[in-house]
Amino acid sequence: MKFGVVVFPGSNCDADCYHVIQRVLAEPVEYIWHQQDSLSGCDCIILPGGFSYGDYLRTGAIARFSPVMEAVAAHARQGGLVIGICNGFQILLEAGLLPGAMLRNRDLKFHCQASWLRVERTDTPFTNRYQQGQIVNIPIAHGDGNYYADAETLAELEANRQVVFRYATAAGAVDATANPNGSVANIAGIVNRAGNVLGMMPHPERCAEAILGSEDGRLLFTSLLRWGKGGMSDGR
Amino acid sequence: MGAEQAGAVCPWREMGLSDQEYQQILELLQREPNYLELGMFAVMWSEHCGYKNSRPVLKLFPTAAAHVLQGPGENAGVVDIGDGWAVAFKIESHNHPSAIEPFQGAATGVGGIVRDIFTMGARPIALLDSLRFGPLTENRARYIFSGVVAGISHYGNCIGVPTVAGEVFFHPSYEGNPLVNAMCVGLLRHQDLKRGAASGVGNSVMLVGARTGRDGIHGATFASEELSAASEERRPAVQVGDPFMEKLLIESCLEIIAGGYVVGMQDLGAAGLTSSSCEMASRAGTGIEIDVACIPLREHGMTPYEIMLSESQERMLVVPRAGCETQVEEIFRRWGLEAVVIGRVTEDGVMRIRDGERIAAEVPARFLTDECPVYYREEQEAEYYQRLRQFDPAVLPLPQALDQVLLQLLAAPNIASKQWVFEQYDHMVGINTAVPPGAGDAAVLRLKEAGSKGIALKTDCNSRFCYLDPYWGGALTVAEATRNLACTGATPLAVTDCLNFGNPEKPEIFWQFRQAVLGMSEACRVLETPVVSGNVSFYNETNSQAVNPTPVVGAVGLLENVEQRCGLAFGPDGDLVYLLGPWPAEMGGSEYLSQIHGVEAGPVPRLDLQLEKRVQQTCRSLIASGTVRSAHDLAEGGLAVALAECCLGRGKGAVVELPAAALTGSRPDALLFGEGPSRIIISFPPEQESSVRAAAEQNQIPCYRLGRVGAERLQILIADDLVVDLPVAALYEAWAGGIPRCLNQPSM
Amino acid sequence: MYKAMIRIMPKKGILDPQGVAVGKALAALGYSSVNEVWVGKYMELLVAGDEPAQVELQVREMCSRLLSNPVIEDFSFELVEIGGRP
Repeated sequence: MKFGVVVFPGSNCDADCYHVIQRVLAEPVEYIWHQQDSLSGCDCIILPGGFSYGDYLRTGAIARFSPVMEAVAAHARQGGLVIGICNGFQILLEAGLLPGAMLRNRDLKFHCQASWLRVERTDTPFTNRYQQGQIVNIPIAHGDGNYYADAETLAELEANRQVVFRYATAAGAVDATANPNGSVANIAGIVNRAGNVLGMMPHPERCAEAILGSEDGRLLFTSLLRWGKGGMSDGR
Repeated sequence: MGAEQAGAVCPWREMGLSDQEYQQILELLQREPNYLELGMFAVMWSEHCGYKNSRPVLKLFPTAAAHVLQGPGENAGVVDIGDGWAVAFKIESHNHPSAIEPFQGAATGVGGIVRDIFTMGARPIALLDSLRFGPLTENRARYIFSGVVAGISHYGNCIGVPTVAGEVFFHPSYEGNPLVNAMCVGLLRHQDLKRGAASGVGNSVMLVGARTGRDGIHGATFASEELSAASEERRPAVQVGDPFMEKLLIESCLEIIAGGYVVGMQDLGAAGLTSSSCEMASRAGTGIEIDVACIPLREHGMTPYEIMLSESQERMLVVPRAGCETQVEEIFRRWGLEAVVIGRVTEDGVMRIRDGERIAAEVPARFLTDECPVYYREEQEAEYYQRLRQFDPAVLPLPQALDQVLLQLLAAPNIASKQWVFEQYDHMVGINTAVPPGAGDAAVLRLKEAGSKGIALKTDCNSRFCYLDPYWGGALTVAEATRNLACTGATPLAVTDCLNFGNPEKPEIFWQFRQAVLGMSEACRVLETPVVSGNVSFYNETNSQAVNPTPVVGAVGLLENVEQRCGLAFGPDGDLVYLLGPWPAEMGGSEYLSQIHGVEAGPVPRLDLQLEKRVQQTCRSLIASGTVRSAHDLAEGGLAVALAECCLGRGKGAVVELPAAALTGSRPDALLFGEGPSRIIISFPPEQESSVRAAAEQNQIPCYRLGRVGAERLQILIADDLVVDLPVAALYEAWAGGIPRCLNQPSM
Repeated sequence: MYKAMIRIMPKKGILDPQGVAVGKALAALGYSSVNEVWVGKYMELLVAGDEPAQVELQVREMCSRLLSNPVIEDFSFELVEIGGRP
């Protein structure tokens, strides 16, 4: 499994993702500059967090038109793996690779804090190392994490089991008190219909090492490795 | 003659130069300067750029040590941390702009200090801030406070540099004069260290980054004045920061340095192109020639004067290695940045500004830098000094309910949780933050590129102590900053300072300044922390009301093995709690005295620097040997508040029994809330007790058993008298809600 | 040369947190007559062109592709000829 971390002007968490894959997991990884039109043969593409184009106009609105996004879209269409983390999720939404849109946090403040998520689905390339319903500690840091989908889209997401992570309390309750930004149905991460494209607001690369307080994010990466070893086909 | 007319006849006065300084310029040039040349002198000779009032005093600081790779005089100080790695750091103020437009003032303050770091070849890896405002009961203070925090958040988060530590303090002396000090720390390999020197005659000089507009012209002189009602009209002087542009500059500049394409680099800050080009030439002993017609502009019809003095943000001067201009341009282009050759390095030592063919200004660079006048200001002991230090806090009544006092202190904004602030900062980006805000006495970063090392970072200043006794206040400030590092297990390496004072032309203010520097210098010497960089901010006065003397220290320490870092929260039930250092007994200058009794007086607590050193060393060695589980020093609120803070970390309670002997020559409130230095609370497993006592004895410091961690209440007994008995939940409610409650209350 | 004056507003029915906050602030200042607030964006573009219909098509395209997010925003614009060469 070869990983590719896309770097847009303004990406900040690219080096963090690279570090986790190369140093913590000892797996092959490359940077992919946003102007490239090929993905260098990478199997799993990561759109990292940060402030691409300063979040100007709307977060992710300008990055989605970067030359590399055509290759990313093609890769996704062919069943290739794509993960959008935080700003990366916002870019996937603007690009239409995932349904819905991102609004500003309901209290209008930026929140950098620990957060707990309930794992809603474990039969994906991204979550097969977690337990169904597991409560994990993966931090957030965003000002625009208020995920929105209209009633029809939301119904589809639920019906097709596309919600992968929801905000929860440490005790496991998925309720309003657990929701840091107002996102609809406490949604913290979703996949596309085919299940090969994941978008999530929390940062798994920030909790893949014990020294940073939680290792729950590491399981997302090891899930990918397990998926990769089991072959690249859609073996659910 | 009216002031306006006088200004027209004597334009130098409008620019902030005295008649005498103008005379000096005439003597140096042997002719009258033209308007542009006069403007260049005015900004370079301002206090902000020229340090004319402070230079003689700054020489008092100890600045050298074996591990100092770069001391004061460059964009940042650089200190070796071993294995070929080094850290660059500096703290700077952006006070005056933040008073007028808090969001952009604070944001551009962050931008400026970050540029000072990466211009040295270091990747910025952490930000810290030290913020001071008037009391939150006032609307204006709330507006400035929230604006400043939002501005730092906006800029720091966007560029992806974590804000990991800091301090926030509220006090009436900062009404109208908020203090916004921003510190940046960067990591570099020794071989990547770059200096801001324009060397190599014939080398090109390139300008890269944002286009030049009319932002902030004469911002340097603005920072060298007191604020008044007229200052509001100077609103155009505030610049707007573009953190996206800054992020592109960070990446591209580090790339050209890593590629070996650069001879020197300098960021454009106060006094814009004038000061950067002048300083680069001065440092190299060369001259510099610039053609303003080459400079990309944002506005139409800008004059050479406006171009040279513009403080448009996010611009850098780069001197490429001869023959490497193309590579440099290519790298900037890839990052979407405009990089233009605007001049070249010359050998005649002259700052020559052209506008196409015409020469617009011609001044030897050293006239603007080395020849800047130096003033030896008059110093006079402040009138209040003897009066206030003779006050004996023992005349104040002893409160009946000491537990209520504790709750009141925990809820006070100066002590309460700062989560409202740091939750707005991305403190995790970079995945190096091993001890985040609130978890320890200092932030601790692991260095993912640099093996097992860690660095500890903190900013500190007790401005109340500094007001009451500038000399000892300065020394206490350095002691506190280094003690905070020791509590995480780090060895202090060096410090940076931001000296915030009122008008130095007033003898009592200058006395505060010089005494504070003397005290800091002595402490730096004993505690072995040279001063490697810093900043002076004078004229923090409104309507002649000066801020408390506020010499902020930014301290950087090293952990050889970051796995040994130590936090402040109590651990498992049954752990013993000890005090390293003497019993607290002095209430002078304490937050307790101010909050509860409305008094700011008394002798400041005594500081024995040798004892302080030994206490820090003891704490450090106990952490390094894995003996202790937590360490937290006493600061605002003293022993009782520190114990509460240790409990709040993990929601643990404690039973603390203070013997009658602790009250000798003292009284209960002095013991619980006195803020004496050199005191650290530690907790550890019971089987380590003899090791702890042995370490204290070996280092010749007192140590006392306080009690045990357990249950969910904090109970403090003094001589078997139960004076505090509170559930941890009550402590939490007071402390966590302190600042939010203040902000939600109807204001005055 | 044309000036396009573009308004981008949040779609009705979607929560506008900024609008809510502004509404509360107005109420706190005593403007109890304000029922609702929506906060959007206003942009001005200077677009070179001779044919107004062409320019309008271009601006409409820019609005749908980049300047607004059709999932959560609506746009409208006015074109004004400002004459002469750039």
